[in-house]
Amino acid sequence: MTVRPVWKYSLRAVALAYLAALLLAPVVFIFIRTFEHGFSTAWAYMTTPAAISAFWLSVLIAAIAVPLNTIFGVGTALVLVRSKARGRKILDALIDIPFVVSPVIIGLALIVVYGIHGWFGSWFVDHGIPIIFDPRGMIIATVFVSLPFCVREVAPVLMEVGTEQEQAAATLGASSWQTFWRVTLPSIRVGVAYGVVLTTARALGEIGAVAVVSSNVLGSTVSLPLLVKYRTQTLGPGGITAAYATGVELAVMSLIVLLAMTLLAPQRKDAR
Amino acid sequence: MSPPPPADTLAAPLGAPPPGSTSRAHAGLRVRGAGGALGLGLSTLYLSIFVLIPVAAVVDVALGSGWHAFWTSFTNTVALTALEQTLAISAVVAAVGSVLGTVVAWVLVRDQFGGKQILNSVIDLPFALPTIVASLALLGLYGTSSPVGIDIALTKTIVGVALLFVTLPFAVRSVQPVLLELDQEVEEAAASLGAANATTFRRIVLPALRPAILSGTALSFARCMGEYGSIVLLAGKVQIASLVIFADVESATGSGNSAYQPAAGLSVALLAIALAVLFGLRKWGTDGDG
Repeated sequence: MTVRPVWKYSLRAVALAYLAALLLAPVVFIFIRTFEHGFSTAWAYMTTPAAISAFWLSVLIAAIAVPLNTIFGVGTALVLVRSKARGRKILDALIDIPFVVSPVIIGLALIVVYGIHGWFGSWFVDHGIPIIFDPRGMIIATVFVSLPFCVREVAPVLMEVGTEQEQAAATLGASSWQTFWRVTLPSIRVGVAYGVVLTTARALGEIGAVAVVSSNVLGSTVSLPLLVKYRTQTLGPGGITAAYATGVELAVMSLIVLLAMTLLAPQRKDAR
Repeated sequence: MSPPPPADTLAAPLGAPPPGSTSRAHAGLRVRGAGGALGLGLSTLYLSIFVLIPVAAVVDVALGSGWHAFWTSFTNTVALTALEQTLAISAVVAAVGSVLGTVVAWVLVRDQFGGKQILNSVIDLPFALPTIVASLALLGLYGTSSPVGIDIALTKTIVGVALLFVTLPFAVRSVQPVLLELDQEVEEAAASLGAANATTFRRIVLPALRPAILSGTALSFARCMGEYGSIVLLAGKVQIASLVIFADVESATGSGNSAYQPAAGLSVALLAIALAVLFGLRKWGTDGDG
């Protein structure tokens, strides 16, 4: 339908104003506030021992959670799309649980299972591998919250590419293993890449679930998002500027993620 | 018509290669069947360790101290206030976000102007940006030292703004593809038959978009009900369920899992409400044309 100019420009104005106030202004603002005292000041806050430790903890969490959920995601997508095994419909429904459960409830759930009085927690504590109030718990919490992304990206692509090429490979004598690596994986790589990007973004940014299972000790169990919260709530030297500096550090990471999403988006649309 | 050949050619991607003694096609099928079950088992095991057992444990702890304790955990004054406020704010945000999200989707699909592609990419920013950074930025921008003179810190309004931020991609991205696919010829036919734009929109466009809009609303609502990161710095004394649960967990005293009973009880109530609304909205979206 042809919208009259007055409507066209009003709608455009509403959309642009909404996005400017909601998305653009906050992000621009945090960059301005961070660098208004100079780049070196901001850099100093990003490189304190606590900040460096937080950075590496965030990297460690993502480096473990993302590969785990990628392997799970691809394998599970194959089971859901390609197999006729009974029970896969139930599995399909249960995978989305992390999308609807509050991150705080996820943290609580891990405490009552893996905490010192939890279902399995005492065994782990007895064997000298505490989970809750330890980076291990933060990793498990991150696996939980970022679990569905890869499955949900890969499954539709797998459905779309079909099985003809796989059947051809099998006819030509390829084993299941060879078919997977040489035929299936290359044809779903955009879906996997998009899933990895979304999982990474969530793993780096998660705060609710990891806050519950973290002991909040600077230098050991404070990731970058927790450091932002810590620096905002307990204004130390540098005050809020220190918090902004860590916020910008995360924002830069997320802009890289956004760029990856933008570059992959057209190919992802083609693949679906 | 004869049934198509089994499509599950690669049900066992990680399974063992077929034994060499039997013919490949036959062995392949057999291994595939077993491999599918094995894969399903491994996936379920992984999901159980990280998700299913912990969620079951929360329900167990919530109910473990008896029905009375469970009832009290979400009907005490603090919990009830938090549930009411969370529900009200989530409903308003989901509704407002859906309307404005649909406007944004409309402009992205039907309008033409320079820089539209950049705008389209920016919609996903809330998926990429850590929620605590959004919280910090909104606190600075619309808080006590606001450079634009809007101080709404520690109010329901700023909590709502933060929730609009995190749910923006749900609202836009669920409507946008449907709008792209929409056949404009039907709209032109309506116009040529004398329908005003308002009528065409109400009778042709809106019904086609309804399931997508309601699906986006449902996703937004579910996200709002559990959100923590984007509002933790902003809520102040505004009682939000996830913040109350967090405080309950932090202040849990006593030994054993029963110390977490109040937090678990409120968690189960919150989750039950969120799921009920989620399925209700989805059903409303897919049922008939009302």
